[in-house]
Amino acid sequence: MALTIKDVEHVAKLTRIRLTAEEKERYGTELSSIIGYFDKLNELDTSNTEITYNNILDVTELRADAVEPSLGREALLTNAPEKAEGAFLVPSVVE
Amino acid sequence: MDYITVIGLEVHVELNTASKVFCGCKAEFSSEPNIHCCPRCTGMPGALPALNRKAVEYTVAAGLALHCNISRFSTFERKNYFYPDLPKAYQISQLEYPLCVGGYLDIKTEAGDKRINLNRIHLEEDAGKLVHAASGGTYVDYNRGSIPLIEIVTEPDLRSADEALTFLESLKSVIKYTGISDCRMEQGTLRCDVNVSLCRPGEPYGTRTEMKNLASFKAAHRAVMYEAKRQREILSDGGQITQETRRWDDVKGKSFTMRTKEDAQDYRYFPDPDILPIKLSGEYIESIRQGLPMLPGVRARLYIDKYKLPKYDAEVLTADKEVADFFDACVRLYDNPKIISNWVMTDIMRKLKENKEAEDIFIPLSPDAFTQMLKLLAAEEINQNAAKTIFEAYWKGDGRSPAQLIEELGLAQISDSSALEDILKGIVAANPNAVKDYRAGNTKAIAYFVGQAMKATKGAASPAVVNGLIKKLLE
Amino acid sequence: MDGILKKSLIEVRDMIKTGKVTSLAVTQAALRRVDETASLNAFNYVCREQALARASEIDAGIAAGKKDGALLGVPIAVKDNLCTEGIPTTASSAILEGFIPPYNATVTEKLLGAGAVIIGKTNMDEFAMGSSNETSYFGPVLNPRDNTRVPGGSSGGSAASVAAYQCYGAIGSDTGGSIRQPAAFCGVVGVKPTYGKVSRYGGIALASSFDQFGTFARSVDDAAYLLSVISGHDDRDMTSMKDGYVYKKPDGRLPEGFRVAVPNEFVERIEDKSVRTAFSAAVGRLTAAGAEVEYVSMPILDYSIPTYYILICAEATSNLSRYDGIKYGKRAKNPADLLDLYEKTRTEFLGVEVKRRLMLGNYALSSGYFDAYYRKAQKVRTLIRNEIRAVFGRADVILTPTAPTTAFGFNAHSGPLETYLSDIFTVPANLAGCAAMSVPDFGAGALPVGIQIMADISCEDKMFAAAAALER
Repeated sequence: MALTIKDVEHVAKLTRIRLTAEEKERYGTELSSIIGYFDKLNELDTSNTEITYNNILDVTELRADAVEPSLGREALLTNAPEKAEGAFLVPSVVE
Repeated sequence: MDYITVIGLEVHVELNTASKVFCGCKAEFSSEPNIHCCPRCTGMPGALPALNRKAVEYTVAAGLALHCNISRFSTFERKNYFYPDLPKAYQISQLEYPLCVGGYLDIKTEAGDKRINLNRIHLEEDAGKLVHAASGGTYVDYNRGSIPLIEIVTEPDLRSADEALTFLESLKSVIKYTGISDCRMEQGTLRCDVNVSLCRPGEPYGTRTEMKNLASFKAAHRAVMYEAKRQREILSDGGQITQETRRWDDVKGKSFTMRTKEDAQDYRYFPDPDILPIKLSGEYIESIRQGLPMLPGVRARLYIDKYKLPKYDAEVLTADKEVADFFDACVRLYDNPKIISNWVMTDIMRKLKENKEAEDIFIPLSPDAFTQMLKLLAAEEINQNAAKTIFEAYWKGDGRSPAQLIEELGLAQISDSSALEDILKGIVAANPNAVKDYRAGNTKAIAYFVGQAMKATKGAASPAVVNGLIKKLLE
Repeated sequence: MDGILKKSLIEVRDMIKTGKVTSLAVTQAALRRVDETASLNAFNYVCREQALARASEIDAGIAAGKKDGALLGVPIAVKDNLCTEGIPTTASSAILEGFIPPYNATVTEKLLGAGAVIIGKTNMDEFAMGSSNETSYFGPVLNPRDNTRVPGGSSGGSAASVAAYQCYGAIGSDTGGSIRQPAAFCGVVGVKPTYGKVSRYGGIALASSFDQFGTFARSVDDAAYLLSVISGHDDRDMTSMKDGYVYKKPDGRLPEGFRVAVPNEFVERIEDKSVRTAFSAAVGRLTAAGAEVEYVSMPILDYSIPTYYILICAEATSNLSRYDGIKYGKRAKNPADLLDLYEKTRTEFLGVEVKRRLMLGNYALSSGYFDAYYRKAQKVRTLIRNEIRAVFGRADVILTPTAPTTAFGFNAHSGPLETYLSDIFTVPANLAGCAAMSVPDFGAGALPVGIQIMADISCEDKMFAAAAALER
């Protein structure tokens, strides 16, 4: 199945990346050929098949509601590109 | 023919577990940002969720209280979108197999009881908080991130702003009964979004809009009124409703477009591979059912049957768990439900209404002291006036026993005839005109003497004794 | 090279424990070797000071009688997608350059708890997306057997490091062959245990339902032993199995009536003559060791590659959305607004292959295509899993080559699809969650060939028994 430039722009948008015109062309061709290959799955009848949630385990024990120590704000913010007032800082969000 | 307003609600309730839903951080509000955080709830590389058993249990409890079908098999999905308050850029939520399906809540309307059907209740994680920085930019605080949240979704069964308000109040009452949340709108532990559309009777539902940022039940009520009016005006002018999300501004009393359907997000939900499906056994669900407290409807029925209270009284008493628990505690100490009910329905309810801005109902009375006071009243050791004085003192937090209060405030009822007789003789002597009136056949003059006697004894005289004595003296 | 580096992991541990050699001496030898062979580019980060300090600390402990620790004083290399507290962890991506985790992965904790000396973080394909180590932001790793060839990927650095005697064992991750294929290309043993045997907590996710951490070593015994150290249940990972792998010293003999299945579909896909020769020899060796070999037909395996790539790209696009320039890692300069921050950051700091796969994943998950791609692939995954499990109903192990070819040269593939198709032998084990490993064979040509042994869920013992029989 061939992806149009518009399709490529749409998935780039969902991915939050920007593509140059040349990249749109190249990715468009590559993605089309890969997705075309994916369509091979249509050869199989899966109408009576359930999806797999986990191959190995059926159930797992859930965590008891117990408080564990948090990381500490300093450690949490060490890697933050921008921070202020004990918080992560981002450009103004208007809503 | 006029339009029908069609309303559906999405109510988010934060669960009061000790720890967060997918990590062990404290699930607690804090004014200090980013202190209840760890790699999991801030989406650090490699961090994985570990589901809190209690959050599942609480969701099931909510489902049972609201008559839902509890899913034996339930899955968690990722809802993918980029936003700073969502550190993993996906919210762990439930889509395909939520924990609770269907259900209903019966509400009281002017036309009688009405059943509001639920679509589902699912468990998800809360997002962090964004705070506007005065210096420009936005601060991101993940304390609230990953606190367990249930979303209760109704069918579009509500038909007016009043019904929506009644539903929210009843829902809050039921949820608070279950003890899974404190349901405080001001702290955001209960939040709601409203969907509104209009249609003509017998026609399919119209295009709906979704309203966000409703900070109180009152705001929800106003927003529905506003939106129904806005849509009616558009439709009456031959216009069309745009499917959109609107933001309610409670100060302006208006709503504004936030985003339209065109920029609706594609959330790309898919099963979260880090979380196994949840399988619940019938025994487990039954054990949660057994652990539920008696819910308002059942409790009201019990009050009617057991205590012979009128239906209206029983419903008022049971609407809030705090009130009903107080009532029960008093009845256990003093087996006179009618008298207790009268006090709760009048004096206590009046007090609670005076304090309307407080979201939580709190009765500052000790059932023990309160019922002791009622017993003294019944035994005529104090009169009604003294009882009210004691009640007021208790409401203000006075810790003294009724006996102490009676002693120290001089509230004991004076029933001793000889003591009263002297006082009354004085009053009779000082009021010859009133005596003349009485003897002339104006029996109402007796009330004047009783009033004077009460005044002289600062309300402590037994009205019955005074009545008998004064008649004797005058004749 | 210091002769001590040629010892096995278990041997050197015993020597350190009994005072025949110090951990410091062994660690210094390993670090010297890293320097001598630095051109391999096997490490993104060598934690020299930390390693030396820790070795001395362990030696002091031993002197004071503290001799417990399954890896006491042994230099180990760790793939750069495993979080190490205080040590840079990048997954070979520019977007994580400079990220220093404030916490340890469970595997890291287990290694440190066993007394291991972590000497560095090994190079890999960016976010483990690749089969040649060429997508690394820090440049490719060279194959120590032939520097003109790739080491394989994505755990290319770990495989090369073990092959070049820089360490005694290494940790890697395997989403679709990322341990086994580089092990094959570099001529070492690589083990991907059953999904859930090793905690994924603190391991940077590529595709959560496929990712599994495992081991590299120069012998089957060492690889199995190292696996037992990092394996075990972890409350922090809901997909972690109740029971971990427990090490048993192989006795070198195959169990009575051992059955080996060889899928015809794979034999037909072998491209290199040396791979064909080595594989035939491997079948011969197992037969000689008493195994019954049965050729089976598994036509469903033809669907492995599309199924695998749809699902891992879908999971990856969600897993990698957290790299948004807000909490850690790189952020683009001077964003105009929030959207600009996201788009500039991810455009600037994510690599070509990562972008390709994230877009593929978003395509498969997006509205209108979800059922046709994601859900369809999930269902086919069930069919593949069922067929593989069915074969294990009548065979103890499935034997295949690890890759259709030996190590290829740089820029060898004409396009991404060709690269994806080369994963054909390794992805079925990840689709089914079963155990699989690669054992090297050096007999057939200039380059080593990997023989893959797959075993049923939690049947690592059988897998290691067959591997020991093949090892030479």
